[in-house]
Amino acid sequence: MASLVGSRVERKEDKRFLTGKGRYTADINIANQTYAYFVRSPHARAKINKIDTSKALMASGVVDILTGEHIAKDKIGGLIAGWAIRSEDGSEMKCPTNPPLAKDSVNFVGDPIAVVFAESLEEAKAAAELVKIDYKVLKAVVNLSKAMEDDTIHEGIDKNLCYDWLLGDRQKVKEAFDKADKIIKLDVTNNRLIPNAMEPRACVVDYNTASEEITCYTTSQNPHLSRLIMSAFGGVTPEHKLRVVAPDVGGGFGSKINLYNEEIVCSWASKKIERPIKWVAERTESFLTDTHGRDHITHAELAITNDGKFLGFKNETIANLGAYARVFGTVTPTYLFGPCATGVYVMPAAYSNVKAVYTNTAPVDAYRGAGRPEATYTIERIVDKAAIELGIDPIEIRMKNFPTEFPFKQTLVHQVDSGDYVAGLKKAKKMSNYEGFATRKKESESKGKLRGIGVTTYFEACGIAPSPVVMMLGCGVGLWESAEVRFNPTGQVTVYTGSHSHGQSHQTTFAQITADELGVPIENIDIVHGDTDKGTFGMGTYGSRSLTVGGIAIVNACKKIVEKGKRVAAKMLEASPEDVEFKNGEFVVAKSNKKKTIGEIAFACYLPGVRDEVKSPLPEGEEPGLKETAFFDPANFSFPAGSHIAEVEIDPETGEVKLDKYTAVDDFGTIVNPTIVEGQVHGGIAQGIGQALTENAVYDKTGQLITASYMDYTMPRADDFPEFNLGFTCTKATTNPLGVKGCGEAGAIAAPPTVMNAVINALGGQEIQMPATAEKVWKVCKNLKKSKNKVA
Amino acid sequence: MRRVNLEVNGKKVSKEVPDHTILSVFLRDILNLTGTHVGCDTSQCGACVVHVDGKSIKSCTAFAADLDGSKITTIEGLVQNGKMHPMQEAFKKLHGLQCGFCTPGMVMSAIDLLQNNKKPSDTEIREWLEGNICRCTGYQNIIAAVKEAASKM
Repeated sequence: MASLVGSRVERKEDKRFLTGKGRYTADINIANQTYAYFVRSPHARAKINKIDTSKALMASGVVDILTGEHIAKDKIGGLIAGWAIRSEDGSEMKCPTNPPLAKDSVNFVGDPIAVVFAESLEEAKAAAELVKIDYKVLKAVVNLSKAMEDDTIHEGIDKNLCYDWLLGDRQKVKEAFDKADKIIKLDVTNNRLIPNAMEPRACVVDYNTASEEITCYTTSQNPHLSRLIMSAFGGVTPEHKLRVVAPDVGGGFGSKINLYNEEIVCSWASKKIERPIKWVAERTESFLTDTHGRDHITHAELAITNDGKFLGFKNETIANLGAYARVFGTVTPTYLFGPCATGVYVMPAAYSNVKAVYTNTAPVDAYRGAGRPEATYTIERIVDKAAIELGIDPIEIRMKNFPTEFPFKQTLVHQVDSGDYVAGLKKAKKMSNYEGFATRKKESESKGKLRGIGVTTYFEACGIAPSPVVMMLGCGVGLWESAEVRFNPTGQVTVYTGSHSHGQSHQTTFAQITADELGVPIENIDIVHGDTDKGTFGMGTYGSRSLTVGGIAIVNACKKIVEKGKRVAAKMLEASPEDVEFKNGEFVVAKSNKKKTIGEIAFACYLPGVRDEVKSPLPEGEEPGLKETAFFDPANFSFPAGSHIAEVEIDPETGEVKLDKYTAVDDFGTIVNPTIVEGQVHGGIAQGIGQALTENAVYDKTGQLITASYMDYTMPRADDFPEFNLGFTCTKATTNPLGVKGCGEAGAIAAPPTVMNAVINALGGQEIQMPATAEKVWKVCKNLKKSKNKVA
Repeated sequence: MRRVNLEVNGKKVSKEVPDHTILSVFLRDILNLTGTHVGCDTSQCGACVVHVDGKSIKSCTAFAADLDGSKITTIEGLVQNGKMHPMQEAFKKLHGLQCGFCTPGMVMSAIDLLQNNKKPSDTEIREWLEGNICRCTGYQNIIAAVKEAASKM
């Protein structure tokens, strides 16, 4: 049987999506359901003096209206930060409480205050307008660079500072800088983004008055984690009385990791009002209340020698947490960011210092790449600046500073097990026809256009897991993953994974892995996920961990199945288990033609009754059934890496940036399904290009989000991109049996600096901050023209 | 309230609905055709595209009552005699979808493109699909799928 790992198997999930039979949360309706509509703060910062629901309660169709008072009375807990980060001075981070419905104060536009349940959505909305709230409006803290000197948002949190964190050695860095020939300095902003999964968040909750069980269908990347938080921290109901189902989920990109206010409120309320509840976010609600991403201000310095060797690096960052610290809010700008600050380079000394501050804006949390795009952006931009200042080719300066031996002990934390950065960059150089750039630049110039080329090399630490490591770093739980592989008596296999697919294609790739491990045809394998009632506890999907952690759990469970199969086959074939080999779905006794298929073994394990025969096919002491569970906790993160090269053409008359060519060469270790991996890379690159050229979340100085619809927030469209040119290199991960590394975040990490380096190259080295919109670029072009005229 | 008579995916339907019932709501909530998705409230994302008398429209921006007497085709109506439409087949073959949320609108919109332009260029496809946002695919495999479907239709 040919191996399925590595082949372009068409997706098993596609037929239902393509025929309109996907089942997303908003598609679910429960008889007798009520419709929820949340009353949200129109102010970025205010005290709540009084909430009057009396008139609204009398409105047509209203079932009930609940507020923060009810939440407090029922002792329902708030939303939490999942990681405890310590400041450089040893003090613990400072987090405000974040009740599901605000009672005394609101801290961002969209902060929910009350919820109306009515017989129809229209009645709920109409009644919501009758809820009278008396606010004392306060001055909002919005400007990130000034937030530490501004008014205190949360009582007891001085300077609005959650923590002032350090990773690295300041003294060593000082010594490195003292020895440097040159110090390159750079100030960058990493623009605030809104993840914008195309499916708006939603939940549908049903309370069973007989079993007292709450079922919450929701748009989550990690239903078990949501259940845990809702039960252990929210106190909604014990875990065994709470079922969380994340059915088909229309994209996540990090924005559906968190358990949100609406899920806690609706779950708690359904028991209170003894009615099913449906809530679906409108797009503007998603813009206002989904967790946002990025939003850093960074000052960086790179110490170098005159021949372009790196000696030391400093990264001083202010990171915006928004109004509250959420699940990955505190770790994203620290341990997911700081260790990657030095990029793929040998850097004798470095530190990352991050001040995470609160502002009166939506909470900021993980967004595709989470911390690693921000880190990569800064190092790749400053390396290019160094190349410009030294007059060295950007590829040459990178090659000069690559590690050549693996495992590579990276400066700040990571032991990178495998990689070949030289091979990747060489391949990208060739594929992009780097040598032909000068000719293409001349052609553009002859048309009055500016052309620029940009290079990025990156690595990332992903497959977020190793429990001892993440727990040492402050994570509130270990990040292993589980799998359960169950043979039915008639030979089909059902695999339960604790990870979750919201576009990643688990149903296909995990079935490919299972088919290879068990020798069962792929059409007889079903992958099940997303329902706390069906599978073992799982940690969910984020940080490119599904395959590297969850996929390996499946491999390990399959191996246990094979081990049991060997023992049973040995008994049935009258051989010793050591002599039984398993290959292509068959248990064969060595040096004989005695064999049993895995289907026959599965059938035997369920003890088919044979009349007048009392002999069991199972060895003594062996339990009936064929089902195994595995929990996998890897020894280390995995380290995908790659080299991306982009070319842009700029019209100096309009400032319009046209992305003309994009080449990506990535090393993801073993690739299970090339088609699916290419799709992941395309999507990641597109989001990264969006950050570089079009996307920007903007709050005005009063804290109103002025990019709260698709009319204002510039989502990249089909005609914004060229065809991406992809290539791969492969060094296998050594920390898991498949050699896989993860691919979901790569494009979003590499693309922003790649494109910006190209834009800045086209502008003759003139610094510009993301997004490089036509307006900004046009201004730079105008100034360039002026200064050129002056020189002339 | 208005009585609305439509032919939806080849079946006649007649329903009494409030005058302001939007077509996407009519399809999803009244006919339970939940394949038509709603991804925004400003007629920008295109997840809700369906065909009215053969032409693609955003169903979030039309009143059901205004379309009285029309023939509507939704994503659920594309399968004929158990066989997917060539556009659906091409999306499957070339991995033109990931999470699947924008997909129904994308497919309906792309079919209308080929009705207007049998052999569109890459640029023409990209420009036509400008009104359909996909956050997963970076559009590349969607463009490839539309070209593949064009070669089969």
